[in-house]
Amino acid sequence: MSETGIGARVKRKEDHRFITGKGRYTDDINLKGQVYAYFVRSPHAHAEIKSINTAKAAKAPGVLGVFKGEDVAEDKIGGLICGWMIHSKDGSPMKAGPHPILAVGKVRYVGDHVAVVVAETREQAKAAAALVEVQYGVLPHNVDAAKAKSAKGQVHEVAPNNLVFNWSLGDEAATDAAFKKAAHVTRLEIVNNRLIPNAMEPRAAIGSYDTGDDHYTLYTTSQNPHVARLVISAFHGLAPEHKLRVIAPDVGGGFGSKIFIYAEEVVCLWASKRVGGRPVKWTAERTESFLADAHGRDHVTHAELAMDKDGKILAMKVNTIASMGAYLSTFASCVPTYLYATLLSGQYNIPSIYAEVDAVYTNTAPVDAYRGAGRPEATYVVERLVETAAREMRIDPAEFRRRNFITSFPHQTPVIMCYDAGDYNASLTKALELADYKGFPARKAEAAKRGKLRGIGFSNYIEACGIAPSAAVGSLGAGVGLWESAEVRVNPVGTVEILTGSHSHGQGHETTFAQLVSDRLGVSIDNVSIVHGDTDKVQFGMGTYGSRSGAVGMTAIAKALDKIEAKAKKVAAHVMEAAEGDVEFKDGSFSVKGTDKKMAFGEVALAAYVAHKFPTSEIEPGLKESAFHDPTNFTFPAGCHICEVEIDPDTGVTQIANWVAVDDFGSVINPMIVEGQVHGGIVQGVGQALTEGCVYDSGSGQLLTGSYMDYCMPRAADVPSFKLAFTETKCPSNPLGMKGCGEAGAIAAPAAVINAITDAVGVKDLPMPATSQVVWNALQPMKKAAE
Amino acid sequence: MSGVHVTTTINGDEVDFVCPADETLLDALRNRLGLTGAKEGCGTGDCGACSVILDGRLVCSCLVLGAEAQGRKIETIEGMADGEKLHPLQRLFISHAALQCGICTPGFLIAAKNLLEMNPDPTEEEIRFGLAGNLCRCTGYDKIVRAVQAAAKEMRGA
Repeated sequence: MSETGIGARVKRKEDHRFITGKGRYTDDINLKGQVYAYFVRSPHAHAEIKSINTAKAAKAPGVLGVFKGEDVAEDKIGGLICGWMIHSKDGSPMKAGPHPILAVGKVRYVGDHVAVVVAETREQAKAAAALVEVQYGVLPHNVDAAKAKSAKGQVHEVAPNNLVFNWSLGDEAATDAAFKKAAHVTRLEIVNNRLIPNAMEPRAAIGSYDTGDDHYTLYTTSQNPHVARLVISAFHGLAPEHKLRVIAPDVGGGFGSKIFIYAEEVVCLWASKRVGGRPVKWTAERTESFLADAHGRDHVTHAELAMDKDGKILAMKVNTIASMGAYLSTFASCVPTYLYATLLSGQYNIPSIYAEVDAVYTNTAPVDAYRGAGRPEATYVVERLVETAAREMRIDPAEFRRRNFITSFPHQTPVIMCYDAGDYNASLTKALELADYKGFPARKAEAAKRGKLRGIGFSNYIEACGIAPSAAVGSLGAGVGLWESAEVRVNPVGTVEILTGSHSHGQGHETTFAQLVSDRLGVSIDNVSIVHGDTDKVQFGMGTYGSRSGAVGMTAIAKALDKIEAKAKKVAAHVMEAAEGDVEFKDGSFSVKGTDKKMAFGEVALAAYVAHKFPTSEIEPGLKESAFHDPTNFTFPAGCHICEVEIDPDTGVTQIANWVAVDDFGSVINPMIVEGQVHGGIVQGVGQALTEGCVYDSGSGQLLTGSYMDYCMPRAADVPSFKLAFTETKCPSNPLGMKGCGEAGAIAAPAAVINAITDAVGVKDLPMPATSQVVWNALQPMKKAAE
Repeated sequence: MSGVHVTTTINGDEVDFVCPADETLLDALRNRLGLTGAKEGCGTGDCGACSVILDGRLVCSCLVLGAEAQGRKIETIEGMADGEKLHPLQRLFISHAALQCGICTPGFLIAAKNLLEMNPDPTEEEIRFGLAGNLCRCTGYDKIVRAVQAAAKEMRGA
């Protein structure tokens, strides 16, 4: 392994600009003549818009324009779309209601975008927005997923009973038959709490219309600028793709919430033309992020697991209600279906599974993919069921898991997925050792002496990354292909530029992608630059989400590098006057077998551009190649997390005493970066389990957790350090053997925490977030019984 | 524009600017002086992304008025390195991979610098509490804590 090649702990190339304050995020960019947008948002959860009077606002100081839904309709700008078609059990298509970029006729959640004011300064736009007079006729609302189907108010005309779809997966008859034979059945009612993503950079956009060239530019906080351009062009109809450039510069975290195409960015683009081509900038205030970013999770589930007398799992039955919020966001519909129910087999050999999912509209912000997207919800169901089943059957939870692990691969689950590789025993064994599982009873006894309750919990998660292949996801309803593109441009001096359709917003692509190039071409990573996030530079790409940038994005680069090597060999053969088959490429230099003839990679690059020494009728000058890569399967990272907690029964405060994570991500390109991904994921999962919960008031429909004082994000003092280790089974579906690591922590963590707390407290279940109040309340009946 | 004329010292340089009386120091730094290293993460003093040091004290610049900078000394991320020479915290944040998306990083570096000025030998718990005013959604804090520990050690000459 070279110092900067695959597997090396290379320092991140991108960090210098960040640690010196020179990062260039959307809000750091100011264009000449820039003006500011401020959105008028709905104060009601559900209401008819009777009238909007913009006269006073339009006359306010600095105001250039006040626009509403009718103005957008006048220009025939289309609404926001959901790009994944789901069909109900009865074959009917999902019920997608209209989602205009500025409301028409009705508002459907608190924060819904009603009108926009554009003014010279942000303060003027905000002040004028307060002068827009909207008359509302309040309608009955519902914010609760479980009550949506029987709610009085109907969110969308097209969706009676607020049902978006009723979807199922698996063999119901076989599952029912297996349950009849069960020696033991474990049942749980599970709420996967609604979360607000909270990337630390609020969403922002600058839309700019060039009146001279009839051309638009959008700077936006996006995880996938090409998809944004495609949607804004094809569905909103704002401009054809060649007249629209989308730039996602440095982006301050995404976690899924910046995958989607949002109303505000389309409005900024459209409004720029309306105000004569002055660039229109909008930056969300944090409260707007809470109100109007797509939220995550919000599932209500009834789940059952059937076992034989020895604790072998026979079947699983799951019934889930998933809130979609008030509108279907860009990928909302695939999250509680193909990213959720397809993972319900977990790491276990389960002969029959049947899942039914009702997706419902509620008067809340749209719900879409958030770190893990469906897979955390699946792991939570599986790992809570398995842990509870083991406890009920008085089998050690590690042993229970071992008895049910899938041990031979490939393994076809009853829910579509075919797992290609893994070794679940290996990660469990290593985790037990690192967590000193054998020593746990002694630690528990010692804690008890101090008056503390100690518990331990497992989470043996699985995830599916790199959603693919395109034909397969297309057959399941995806509106796009899920491949990735790459272009390798070798400069005449032998330096390399990689243009990738992946987008880095914290993942460190500028480093890991350069490591791959360094490894393959033998050039220093300092001589490699990674270009991404600009549709004028990179031809097309699908962006970054679902932990796909390694397995899909890097594989596309690897394929293009193969082509570079093949062409360079041809050039080298001519220059060194050798047969092409005799040219070998190793450690950055080309040599002729059996001779001492040798050329460095840079020399061959120069020769390719000088083009003196080869017939240009056969070999084109230059050294530039591109590739599109469409994977043949998902990848299946998996692992074992063990959480140990200590609870103070007097206060209900839970402290994480120990955390062990053993993950199998296949090949690891840069362990230092991967560790960081795992740490961050775990803390997001710990946040979900212990402190974070999005709360809408059922009476008023207002968001009660709309600030950091109300929505409790984990801070440095709330979390421990982590013990990490890796096991490795190579992924067979990509040449690098990579699986993906971005979401694992967030998928694994919630079940590990709740399994540990329920173990400590001695209850079957506790709701998330298991705040000190929740835990303290759970302890009271036991305290009373003891008195 | 009617405004307040402010003379202040930023990263050792005397600076003049004019801003409305109700403008925050954060907006003045970002929009008038082009110092965009400090970020607005919340605007309510809860996330620390806008941290600067004002007369030796760590503050959220979103909660300070630009006008309050009159006659004061302000340190921002842009002045943390000595020319090309990085501050040990900056260097060790890189070598420990203590950042990911980078948006909260200037705030963490400023807060950590202030912490180590007040307490050159903090325990892990003191570091975690010392940085609890700063939110990071990416790193899970683990590598940030390690980087600060390493910087404290180096700066003590230990």
